[in-house]
Amino acid sequence: MEPFKEHKGIAVPLNRGNVDTDQIIPKQFLKRIERTGFGEFLFFHWRFDDDGNLRDEFVLNQPKYENATILLAGDNFGCGSSREHAPWALEDYGFKVIIAPDFADIFYNNSLKNGILVIKMNEEQVQQWMKKAEQGLTLDVDLEKQEITDTDGTVVSFDIPPYHKEKLLNGWDDIALTLLEEDAIQAFEEKRA
Amino acid sequence: MGKALTAFEKIWNKHVVKEEEGKPALLYIDQHLVHEVTSPQAFEGLRLNGRKVRRPDLTFATMDHNVPTINRENMKDEISIKQMEALKKNCADFGVKLADMYHPDQGIVHVIGPQLGLTQPGKTIVCGDSHTSTHGAFGAFAFGIGTSEVEHVLATQTIWQDKPKTLNVKVIGDLGTGVTAKDLILAIIAKFGVRFGTGYVMEYTGEAIRKLTMEERMTICNMSIEAGARAGLISPDETTVEFLRGREMVPKGEAFDALAEEWLALATDEDAEYDHTVTIHADEIEPQVSWGTNPGMCVPVSAATPVIKDAEYPEEVERALKYMDLNENQPITSIEVDHVFIGSCTNSRLSDLKKASKIVEGKKVKEGIKAIVVPGSFLVKQQAEEIGLDKIFIDAGFEWRNSGCSMCLGMNDDIVPAGGRCASTSNRNFEGRQGNGARTHLVSPEMAAAAAIEGHFVDVRQFVGVPS
Repeated sequence: MEPFKEHKGIAVPLNRGNVDTDQIIPKQFLKRIERTGFGEFLFFHWRFDDDGNLRDEFVLNQPKYENATILLAGDNFGCGSSREHAPWALEDYGFKVIIAPDFADIFYNNSLKNGILVIKMNEEQVQQWMKKAEQGLTLDVDLEKQEITDTDGTVVSFDIPPYHKEKLLNGWDDIALTLLEEDAIQAFEEKRA
Repeated sequence: MGKALTAFEKIWNKHVVKEEEGKPALLYIDQHLVHEVTSPQAFEGLRLNGRKVRRPDLTFATMDHNVPTINRENMKDEISIKQMEALKKNCADFGVKLADMYHPDQGIVHVIGPQLGLTQPGKTIVCGDSHTSTHGAFGAFAFGIGTSEVEHVLATQTIWQDKPKTLNVKVIGDLGTGVTAKDLILAIIAKFGVRFGTGYVMEYTGEAIRKLTMEERMTICNMSIEAGARAGLISPDETTVEFLRGREMVPKGEAFDALAEEWLALATDEDAEYDHTVTIHADEIEPQVSWGTNPGMCVPVSAATPVIKDAEYPEEVERALKYMDLNENQPITSIEVDHVFIGSCTNSRLSDLKKASKIVEGKKVKEGIKAIVVPGSFLVKQQAEEIGLDKIFIDAGFEWRNSGCSMCLGMNDDIVPAGGRCASTSNRNFEGRQGNGARTHLVSPEMAAAAAIEGHFVDVRQFVGVPS
């Protein structure tokens, strides 16, 4: 995993609550056995109509958000199915940061495992940024300092569990870390046997 | 005497490999269930890093999400075939036991775990599927994980977990006649919302829960994830023990009795405290029907769809009604369906099929409705056939299929077409869940069966044929 230290990018507002992973990546794309290439299927039925044409009204299809890398989302984002194809699709599409009042917890974990910085931020602030994003908003997210600086220079701090922060900053592989605990795991197994 | 503990806390304490203040705990996993859709990338990760499966003996795989329910021998979908073959090869290469789609133990992963007795009280159970919460019905700590975590568990037999908080969902009183476990869980989610469980293990308690069979308890715990919960749980009792007695993967004789003692001791202590408690009155619950695009959008069958301006989130209600092609304040019983699906990890067990068969016996599915029954496993199908349920369904005009996840998520050919409307015993009514543009109404098996006969939703309690 690439270390995540700081990211500056255009924010796109997806102002809906309870966006489920079936919307983020529909089931017909879960048959692939690879981990890559899911970006083109992101929000598939919201981005494309039944004939495969872009739906102009969907926010991701608006030219001003074409290069957006920060997703502003509603409450309980990523609820439903545990499919990790959802963060794979978001990451492959180009998203580095997702900011929402709250996330579904499997999705939250899955995102962190893929180097996406998921930030829980109070609803008022998210709504304020969503409004600003309609006119164009660039956010500078500094994980080390746990600060987000918006276009006006306003600085907002955010929380993240220290454990997740450390892993993201270093790009650590979870499994390699756990394998350092081999003695403890073995001792546990022996004690129970 | 130590501190009074909840069942969840007892299980948690027995599985901590390592714990440090301010960090997630490293938790040992007793049972890892694997299926074809969320595992290929995990096995590939092991291969790329030269790692092996640490405990193949604690890992069990099946094929369920993607398998056809008819013409299994003549699969056409090349990508699906590739996914099945990948699982077969991965299981062979890494020494994992597999019930492939022709195996007598095949079925929906959350049906076969309990059926085989792999699911037991006190176990930590994970699977790359959010409905792993089902197994909590046995007093296990069971939760869904993503593919990276699947790989992690395969490699280390452990997982890093923040300790969830505890939520007591206290069910007061008894369920009325014709009101099912499905109605209870739908009513709970409708009342408290689709995110009230986030960060919690939800334990269901109260008289009504104690009276439920294991299959009913599984229906309840199954949908805990639809309330956002990390896991659902019901304390083990004699009902749990008797369900597991004699199952293939549980010890026999005295060893079983000793184990049963341990299981019963896991039940939540009388004075245990929860982080939060909510209550619901079972006797006030009617049969439920979902009208919208998340499982919290659900009302009693005697009610109507919401009035937009009166709703807490009018925009959400308006968007959902539009997707569902319903009017506001439209009576639920006026909604006509063209598909009926009886199946899924929520409601595809033998007792579900028995109850639905009672409703349709001697009647005919309304013309123009495509109705299918998909048993949860090979064994459920076989047992149903032994008592003639297949004949009852087929005579009524249902299709009788082979086991799998099927129309719950439509990864195989069992799809509701765009604009189609389905009375479904599954767990999710998300936009496009059963097929792009499809509209899903979540109901109990009895309600689905009655809708198949009448062509629209009816209160099953008034439906001719309900045993009194």
